[in-house]
Amino acid sequence: MSNAPVDKGRRRFLTVATSVVGAAGAVGVAVPFIASWNPSAKAKNAGAPVEVNIGKAEPGQMIRVEWRGQPVWVVRRTPEMLNSLEGLADQLRDPNSEEPQQPEYAANLYRSRKEEYFVAVGICTHLGCSPQYLEDSFGEQVEGISAGFFCPCHGSKFDIAGRVFSGVPAPYNLVVPPHYYIDDNTILVGEDGEQA
Amino acid sequence: MKQFLKTTLLVAATIWSVAGFAAGPTVPLDEAKVDLHDKASLQRGAQLFMNYCLGCHSMEYQRYNRTFNDLGIPEDLGEANLQFTGEKVGDLITNAMPTEAAGAWFGTAAPDLTLVARVRGADWIYTYLRSFYVDESRPFGVNNTVFPNVGMPHVLQELQGVPRKTTEQRMIDGEMQDVYVGIKTDGSGMLSESEYDQAMLDLTNFLVYTGEPMLLEQRRLGWKVFGFLLVFTILAWLLKREFFKDVKKK
Amino acid sequence: MKKLIAWFDERIPMTKTWNIHLAQYPAPKNFNFWYLFGVLAMLVLVNQILTGIWLTMNYVPSADGAFASVEYIMRDIDYGWLLRYMHSTGASAFFVVVYLHMFRGMMYGSYQKPRELLWVFGMLIFLVLMAEAFMGYLLPWGQMSYWGAQVIISLFGAIPIIGDDLTLWIRGDYVISGATLNRFFALHVIALPLVLVILVFLHIIALHEVGSNNPEGINIKKPKGSVPEEEKPKFKFHERFTNKYDIVDAFPFFPYYVVKDLVGIGIFLFLFCYVIFFAPAMGGLFLEPPNFEPANPLKTPEHIAPVWYFTPFYAILRAVPDKLLGVILMFGAIVALFLLPWIDRGKVRSIRYRCGFHKVNLTLFVISFIALGYLGLKPATEVYTFFARVFTFLYFAFFVFLFFYSKNENTKPVPERITK
Repeated sequence: MSNAPVDKGRRRFLTVATSVVGAAGAVGVAVPFIASWNPSAKAKNAGAPVEVNIGKAEPGQMIRVEWRGQPVWVVRRTPEMLNSLEGLADQLRDPNSEEPQQPEYAANLYRSRKEEYFVAVGICTHLGCSPQYLEDSFGEQVEGISAGFFCPCHGSKFDIAGRVFSGVPAPYNLVVPPHYYIDDNTILVGEDGEQA
Repeated sequence: MKQFLKTTLLVAATIWSVAGFAAGPTVPLDEAKVDLHDKASLQRGAQLFMNYCLGCHSMEYQRYNRTFNDLGIPEDLGEANLQFTGEKVGDLITNAMPTEAAGAWFGTAAPDLTLVARVRGADWIYTYLRSFYVDESRPFGVNNTVFPNVGMPHVLQELQGVPRKTTEQRMIDGEMQDVYVGIKTDGSGMLSESEYDQAMLDLTNFLVYTGEPMLLEQRRLGWKVFGFLLVFTILAWLLKREFFKDVKKK
Repeated sequence: MKKLIAWFDERIPMTKTWNIHLAQYPAPKNFNFWYLFGVLAMLVLVNQILTGIWLTMNYVPSADGAFASVEYIMRDIDYGWLLRYMHSTGASAFFVVVYLHMFRGMMYGSYQKPRELLWVFGMLIFLVLMAEAFMGYLLPWGQMSYWGAQVIISLFGAIPIIGDDLTLWIRGDYVISGATLNRFFALHVIALPLVLVILVFLHIIALHEVGSNNPEGINIKKPKGSVPEEEKPKFKFHERFTNKYDIVDAFPFFPYYVVKDLVGIGIFLFLFCYVIFFAPAMGGLFLEPPNFEPANPLKTPEHIAPVWYFTPFYAILRAVPDKLLGVILMFGAIVALFLLPWIDRGKVRSIRYRCGFHKVNLTLFVISFIALGYLGLKPATEVYTFFARVFTFLYFAFFVFLFFYSKNENTKPVPERITK
């Protein structure tokens, strides 16, 4: 062929262009490999929102359901329980729910949508044990308060709105999952609902 | 080299044709003109399946919500109208019939139908669904020309009517003889013959869909990949030509 | 950057390896289309390993869960269908490129001295690949998986005295069962891939020790000092090659053959992706329809055929009316290939300079191989069996004839240098 000198610019351009396109191809090939680690349809179905029927809950009763493999509590609180929430602020680590442990609509004194019902993920924020619901024997843990949650693993204490007491290992309040009331008797755990 | 390839192809072709003659006879199948883009047809097929088939046959690898989404059915509508067993919308399409009981009732458990189109092919299903005929010697009173001695009743009889094998008198070699001309219904069904054929095509279409629910996505992605490869190969070819200027004729 | 490279070079032979095997590796200048398949085989191997690892993440190796887990991958995992099709298509593609690669070697005498060991390593790769593919095919636990494995494992029953005990031992049960599935899974995902990678490594080391053959079959290594300076290529080759020889008619593998292979890879990927996206079952050749039905030990499919890449050997097996003899002949068909470097006693490598009879002989061999492959897919009717016998005869006749005529073959004169 010709003895013309090598066109360096053209050669460099083609090398770079092929490399870039090749690298783009490699990224494209990586997509299915990476995407396949997302939760599968099965996992998504298992993690789908859960309906909880609260129509038959007695005052003071707790209903436990499973949502995304975690225990979720729904407690129907008595007026006494609700009253006990006030005036605890100086004993609590985060009395005003400033840490993002709950959806916005639950960032209130009762940490719930409706005062009467408390919905929370029943996992201690310390190391993941499931605390006990002490309906009327919580006074042994914190004097003067009859109901609350106590984690037997490392002694973390929460009030009946899931707010953590200071001086225990757990750093944060209990998590309130997204939830909304489909009707007066049904809560859907796992979705904020349209009115959120 | 060319000669070599030619001979190879020629011999291969010869074997192929010889082999073709040796193959045994099979029941001729009608062509099912399935169309996975026809969502209306798929929806009708899904409806038929849920109403008539799911009683005995499960579809245990396919999920309700996936089906609804792919077929363009809103999930709440699907849940209300196409789910009869009280499962969640994300559940697999299983049925309530216990396998052992089915074995006792029908002699064999009704096979799962998720992948039936990949096993049998669309044409087979389409023809099979339209090939039931009355045969009093069978336990369910029906038989099937495509699947002789089939072990299931003709579930769709209320749609098709009572199908019978019919013969016609025809002149053959100077004599009138009875000739089998196909299966005709008595017209007692809810659907006319052509409506029934269309319904069965819809059902076949749906089963083809459930066999490969990813098929349309697969093809779409395929074209994109081809586009990429075209660019890459052309660039690589230009690059190769550029570099080979060094080595051609020193 | 330079410092970093120097840092590494003081500790591992990084640049040296790059130079010896790529940038300063002398590759004959006349490589053609047929020299692409080695690289493609590597590409497919990487594809199989990667997609295989990813499939393992969701596959359930148990008789109860295997079939459903494959459909779970196909439906519930994002892009799971793509990973699965890449793997299943890759299995067939592997054999396509390996068969073409082997044919290249036969055509250009790449197995002849001094490349006997290179060929033997290649054959070992082929053998392990067959085992790998066979075990992999059981894993989807469909009807063909099950009954195909049943038939192949039963072959070992033909061995006198120990046959029955051996098949029982391989299965770990009285029929193929979860026990068989689990051990095949272990071998398929760990043991055999490891062996395969090591063999591929040895194959390449052996290749780069003796140097690549080429379509002319002419040696590009000339005695030291025999080539005048102006005839030597203008490229720098590693001293490991130039110390002992003068290299002619060659250029470095990198960048020249790398960029050329890129074009080949692009074209190959077109075909590969066509199958993945538009015909993953390849009309029942790559994924057989009965395999979409879960394994059922009580019901044999009407017609059992192995996957296409085994059918040439399967046809030989069926062509013989005696079970033991059939098995011996089938394995003999592979052993004969192993021994090719010693069966062929010719002094000339490339088919271009060999006698006319050799060309006819090789043509007939290829035809019989393809024909046997076709016949192995078909039911064993009388006509088919007759043809299978004819082609089995031709298959083995290739080696027998070759052994005799290659001793004193009437060859064309081979040029000193690659002129093309």
